[in-house]
Amino acid sequence: MSILVDENTRLLVQGITGSEGSFHTQRCIEYGTRVVAGVTPGKGGSQHLGVPVFNTVEKAIAKTGANASLMFVPPAFAADGILETIDAGMSLIVCITEGIPVLDMVKVHRYLKGKSSRLIGPNCPGVMSPGKCKAGIMVGEIHLPGSVGVISRSGTLTYDVVSQLTSLGIGQSTCVGIGGDALPGSTFVDILKLFQADQNTKAVILIGEIGGTMEQEAAEFISHKMTKPVVVFIAGSTAPPGKRMGHAGAIITGSAGKASEKTKALSQAGATIAPNPAEVGLTTKKVLESL
Amino acid sequence: MKIHEYQAKALLAQYGIPVPRGKVASTPAEARDIAAEIGRKVVIKAQVYAGGRGKAGGIKTVNSPEEAEKATSQLIGTRLVTHQTGPEGVPVSKVLVEEASDVARELYLSILIDGTSRLPVMMSSEAGGMEIEEVAKSTPEKIFRSDIDPAIGFQPFQGRKLAYGMNLDGGQVGEATRLMTNLYKLFIDKDCSLAEINPLVVTADEKLLALDAKFNFDDNALYRHKDIQELQDKEQEEPLEIQARDWGINNYVKMDGDIGCMVNGAGLAMAVNDLIQYCGGRAANFLDIGTLNNTGRVVNSFKMFIADPRIKAVLVNIFGGMARVDVIAKGIVESYQQMNIPFPVVIRLAGTNLEEGQRILAESGIIFIQAKDFYDAANKVVKAAKGVTK
Repeated sequence: MSILVDENTRLLVQGITGSEGSFHTQRCIEYGTRVVAGVTPGKGGSQHLGVPVFNTVEKAIAKTGANASLMFVPPAFAADGILETIDAGMSLIVCITEGIPVLDMVKVHRYLKGKSSRLIGPNCPGVMSPGKCKAGIMVGEIHLPGSVGVISRSGTLTYDVVSQLTSLGIGQSTCVGIGGDALPGSTFVDILKLFQADQNTKAVILIGEIGGTMEQEAAEFISHKMTKPVVVFIAGSTAPPGKRMGHAGAIITGSAGKASEKTKALSQAGATIAPNPAEVGLTTKKVLESL
Repeated sequence: MKIHEYQAKALLAQYGIPVPRGKVASTPAEARDIAAEIGRKVVIKAQVYAGGRGKAGGIKTVNSPEEAEKATSQLIGTRLVTHQTGPEGVPVSKVLVEEASDVARELYLSILIDGTSRLPVMMSSEAGGMEIEEVAKSTPEKIFRSDIDPAIGFQPFQGRKLAYGMNLDGGQVGEATRLMTNLYKLFIDKDCSLAEINPLVVTADEKLLALDAKFNFDDNALYRHKDIQELQDKEQEEPLEIQARDWGINNYVKMDGDIGCMVNGAGLAMAVNDLIQYCGGRAANFLDIGTLNNTGRVVNSFKMFIADPRIKAVLVNIFGGMARVDVIAKGIVESYQQMNIPFPVVIRLAGTNLEEGQRILAESGIIFIQAKDFYDAANKVVKAAKGVTK
């Protein structure tokens, strides 16, 4: 098993005809993902990469039964695209777009309340269930099917961790990039819940970073609700306060935002802390061996 | 993006929020004229992008235009060092000359985006004039907060709750509620990420007045606010960071070490800096090269390293995903062709189009230190930085 996406995922790509959308849709198809529809307003009725393109998400769902969406919509229009997709009743929305204004996301979160959609991202690499479905921009070849779940605020750091795992022969159930923004659609806790409930996931790796309090909330959940082992690395222990370190959400504004505070909270909650980012794989191996 | 206090107060005034009478001055003579125009005791406030000005000597109260001129001449052209700046401080090129207020009470008011509720939250406190983090630690019961639903906006009941929380009463509650409503409108209109009035004062004649203000704006939303973009004072920013932006490297932060880093992805870039420290070295910068697939940004990153006299060694760590390794490799070779690289360079490549990238580097004949993985790369660059005297 896996979480969020699997062999039954019927993927819709929003912004499929753009350069990034095209490039990554092709990669998803090559990986074996069932891409059933694309949406680009104004290009409805055409075909792109062998996939039918629609003007609206509603119509794409009606015609193809798409049950997940991958978004490559430019930042100024992305929030509107998410709202459209929520309105159409899409169950999973994965938004890759980086640079969406935070007040646009405030509206999106308000609109999401009480709706059935789950949002992953924005500003994320997407979701990957190795051997089943790639709904994102991550490199397919570095993954290996298996039973370790990965959740991360980062893209490329996750690729590094995944390749550490794969080179040690440790496969992944699902890898979820929740994104580097201050207001992610899904939090660590949201995804930890899914991994805790997933029978095939034996352990979880959580890759956090400076800024916000999501890691502390994860610590709370791990200490009370999680029976599976969690391995942690928090990036940014050397980051100066008050500076935005690339990701919109990676800025130390109070003491809770520091890497040391997050590591402490997660360690106290019973998670195993990797000593450095290059040893997350080895740390996970030891944890799995002790099970 | 930050702005100066005088600009923040102009925005507040534009939204009907009372601020002290005052004007900005760039010379002592201007300050003297403004003080004469105000005609009573004035405060001279250094305009810098840093808090803690008072304790650092950046705020002076004076009694005459002559004193205003003198105080201004002592500030303009200097660098102010506060607990929020580095030891090199920030340059003072303007002062705000403002009518001194008779303060009865100092309060606190702010709006920011709460990461947990994912809503704008307005906070008030009767403990104004100090850093709100300190108040939250020592007397959390003095902080009142109210989440704002963006669908309906700020409501009067929230104003009452926050105003009574600051121990205001009578007509002040209605006045404060109007002020808060206007502040929320400003926050939304201009895509702020922080709007803070600290202190918000009650004057001796029982009026509310924004005595100091601090605004941050969402960088992702600046494209729709040309007026705000124009307020930016580049002098206040780190010169290397300004240089990086001019060269198209938007995610560059100066750090205090001697190892230059070029990485793709913010999380990986932070982790590289952490790993360098774990291996006994220190990074000179955070640099996320992003995912744009052209060689120019790689060449410009090397230009940054050469422009930074502290650099003793460079680490290039790329895990190709959206960014393609072959393009990065081409950029490295171009950099070697265009400039004399005076420091050792450690290169670790992985991911999309790796073989092609490795071939390009091998065939170019450039001299570099190859690293097989993340850990190896950090170790080698730390050793290289220690072994080199430039």
